Amino acid sequence: MKTFNEQTIFEISSSGRKGYSLPKTEVPQVNPDEVIPKAFLRKTKAKLPEVSEFDVVRHFTRLSQWNFSIDTAFYPLGSCTMKYNPRINEEVARFPGFALSHPYQDEKTMQGSLQLMHELQNYLCEISGMDFCTLQPAAGAHGEFTGLLMIRSYHESRGNPRTKVIIPDSAHGTNPASAAICGYQVVTVKTGKDGIVVPEELAPLLDNEVACLMLTNPSTIGLFEKNIQKIADLLHSKGALLYCDGANMNALMGVARPGDMGVDCMHYNLHKTFTTPHGGGGPGAGPVVVKKILEPFLPVPVIVKEGDTYRLETNCPQSIGRVRAFFGNFGMFVRAYTYIRELGPDGIRKTCEMAVLNANYLRALLKDHLTLAYEADSLHEAIFTDKFLKDYSTGKVTKDGRPIPLKTLDIAKRLIDYGFHPPTVYFPLIVSGSLMIEPTETENKQTLDAFAETVKKILAEAKTTPTLLTEAPHTTPVRRLDEVKAVREPKLRA
Amino acid sequence: MLKPIRLALPRGINRFMRYLPHTENEITEMLATIGVKSVEELFRSIPPSLKLNRELNIPEALSEMELRKALLQLSKKNKTIRDTITFLGGGAYHHYLPSAISQLINRGEFFTAYTPYQPEVSQGTLQSLFEYQTMVCELTGMDVANASHYDASTACAEALLMAHRITKKKKALVARSLHPQYRKVLKTYLVRFGYEIEEIKYNKDGTLDWEDFNAKLNSDVGAVMVGSPNFFGVIEDLEKIGVKTKANHSIYITVASEPLSSALLATPGGVGADIAVMEGQSFGVGLNFGGPFLGMFATRAQYIRSMPGRVVGETVDEEGARGYVLTFSTREQHIRRENATSNICTNQGLCALMACIYLSLMGKEGLVELAQINLSRATYAKEKLASIKRVKPLFNAPIFNEFVLHIPNASSVLEKLKTKNIFGGILLERYYEEMKDAVLVCVTEMNSKKEIDTFCEELGRAL
Repeated sequence: MKTFNEQTIFEISSSGRKGYSLPKTEVPQVNPDEVIPKAFLRKTKAKLPEVSEFDVVRHFTRLSQWNFSIDTAFYPLGSCTMKYNPRINEEVARFPGFALSHPYQDEKTMQGSLQLMHELQNYLCEISGMDFCTLQPAAGAHGEFTGLLMIRSYHESRGNPRTKVIIPDSAHGTNPASAAICGYQVVTVKTGKDGIVVPEELAPLLDNEVACLMLTNPSTIGLFEKNIQKIADLLHSKGALLYCDGANMNALMGVARPGDMGVDCMHYNLHKTFTTPHGGGGPGAGPVVVKKILEPFLPVPVIVKEGDTYRLETNCPQSIGRVRAFFGNFGMFVRAYTYIRELGPDGIRKTCEMAVLNANYLRALLKDHLTLAYEADSLHEAIFTDKFLKDYSTGKVTKDGRPIPLKTLDIAKRLIDYGFHPPTVYFPLIVSGSLMIEPTETENKQTLDAFAETVKKILAEAKTTPTLLTEAPHTTPVRRLDEVKAVREPKLRA
Repeated sequence: MLKPIRLALPRGINRFMRYLPHTENEITEMLATIGVKSVEELFRSIPPSLKLNRELNIPEALSEMELRKALLQLSKKNKTIRDTITFLGGGAYHHYLPSAISQLINRGEFFTAYTPYQPEVSQGTLQSLFEYQTMVCELTGMDVANASHYDASTACAEALLMAHRITKKKKALVARSLHPQYRKVLKTYLVRFGYEIEEIKYNKDGTLDWEDFNAKLNSDVGAVMVGSPNFFGVIEDLEKIGVKTKANHSIYITVASEPLSSALLATPGGVGADIAVMEGQSFGVGLNFGGPFLGMFATRAQYIRSMPGRVVGETVDEEGARGYVLTFSTREQHIRRENATSNICTNQGLCALMACIYLSLMGKEGLVELAQINLSRATYAKEKLASIKRVKPLFNAPIFNEFVLHIPNASSVLEKLKTKNIFGGILLERYYEEMKDAVLVCVTEMNSKKEIDTFCEELGRAL
């Protein structure tokens, strides 16, 4: 239910109201048209809002209350690893020494930050079993781009950049999109009936034009790619490399390492595994770790440790170059570093174990009520299909008299009424009406129990009063939104 | 890394487990429900030969108290803009951050939310991004803006890729006076894929070399990219460049590393730009040692389907109430996979929110007043510094809050200033080998008159 209406900040605006306080000019006031040709100046002021500071605080506080967040609700978005964001991380990232330093300061005055970055690189290498690391990429997809460019450079250095990248049908959409911007043709390999990549499907696709396979392990459907070593051997025998999408490292860290499985290159998502906040969609961070063979191609600058001092090296002739300005989303490095230091080796392993325990516990509670997509053991998340929905109906019929089936979406939206964020739905596309549930390790048993009970309750409602589902959510500031209208009559600004 | 001797702990209990809620009893119950005997059994899908049979070699866990202390010590190894008088800019600007920003973005409802996939429970994020897009449109004079890129450098790369989608031409002219790091990123993203980037020289006054531009512009050129103020702080005649670019049917891309200048300068929309990129870091995001920053991206309505990145649109719900959704998703990777307009997924949502709050606070008048303070102080500093014997401004074209000085033996002078805790500017020789002894100086509202006067005095002494 909408408890209040919140207008846009522009509608709150009132001409002449101010939300700022500025220092005196102190020096002789210069009017722009005295020093800049009139033709170079704006003709009218930008129509920014005119509001008081309190108007701003109330507006955005109210807007915040229209959000579900990890802090306010169980948020089991599969493959997004929505875990608790520790508060010490936020405080440390705001230490003046970290937050108030300028990227063009000289190296001598930024030793603390360089040390932190260098050590974080070491931890990320150790956790993944890889040899070298770059922290620069700003998000997972940017990490994929960086890793693939390095792979391309590696092949180029051997005489042929190659033309193809193989990607399983279960992969996240960024994988093929990244391969495409790196100039590769995407070849899809079908996953086997157990949901994982099988060497028999892969082998016929391999030739001397394949640059790499991008494998998410554990996969987007929560399964360990147990043929990974055989797959790596197959690829390597053709001179191709194995890229690992490390989105789901939460289910491996401390237990097993991609580097020990034949992986040559992998990106992390610090905003998934290492608790940097998701921020409503960023900033993230997508560090890339590589084996020795890819070291020459790391983006610049590279952090070099000499004795007890750190410096930035840009003279790396085979480097892929810069992938962004400055050094990456440094604020995220501080948070991830703080988290790793808090956990230590025991804590990292235990975190992974509890993440897998929670996922399997929810799976056990729900498997007799929903339909498991795969019988194989789950790691960090449980995947269900909509097959169970064939026993349900909306009670409504189409114009030509066919019953309208109940959909995954209806269950997802009804969960909202009970205060739960829906799982990831309809993804990956290979699972019909998919519900992908990743609870993460930071949720307690009571929450998981309550979630499972709620799913059962919703299924009971579906039998008796299906409109409760099809018209859900009922308790939110807005009801289901007209996405078709948003495209047909685009309104992208106030 | 040294590993201290560790006391044996009972199995399954961490020394520090405040982020893990599981009690021993609960673990036992949960395992029973699952039907396995141990946690190890949950990992049986991983072949034993692939498991790590040792502990990770990373430092021992710390309590919050120890952690805070260790990190504070580490942070103090850096010098900060608070410990020094700083005239560094070059795409990262020191501006005042109003308190309300950090207070608001610290709300868990904002910073612990994810991408608004379920619009009914994400209206807070969606409406604020919609407001952000509106502000970007207002500042740039463009029709549509997306919900952000990683930073301006990657936004520039996306802009050229977008221009290529529109024109199918694989050549761009890029001003050599564009931020050198952005140009390096363009090289990484484009040049190796057969895309040709030709640099346009700059003039003696720091502006775009008109003759060189004219000589290089031809029918092969799909896009022209110019920064203004450029890396030397110089304001370009964007309209003149735009007219010529449009006559050549090329996509015109303008870039501003210091977006505060947009409060005063002609808008990209007004000078004929097809794509406007700005680095939004100045708008309440802070320096953060170079990241996170904020890539602002706007274009004309006709190009929306070629635009990369997430976009929020207004619509209505089933009862006709106004609401917001992510829209035009058919351009994006989760639907189009390898045919998407970009691979971008996570962007800089929280930084866009910071900018939205900042611009709300500053408002229509405040942003202009702030820009005028920057302009006034920079003008004062430029004149005063240039009056020092042997110090000369390198360029005479109009500037906003940055300018280049020629200082004899610049490198050693800057070193001497550092001993007085003054970061006097950026030595340009590293980025432009032809610019010996050139120093890029930035002056913002954070530099008081007293600081500027001190800088002048100390510079005089250091010469």
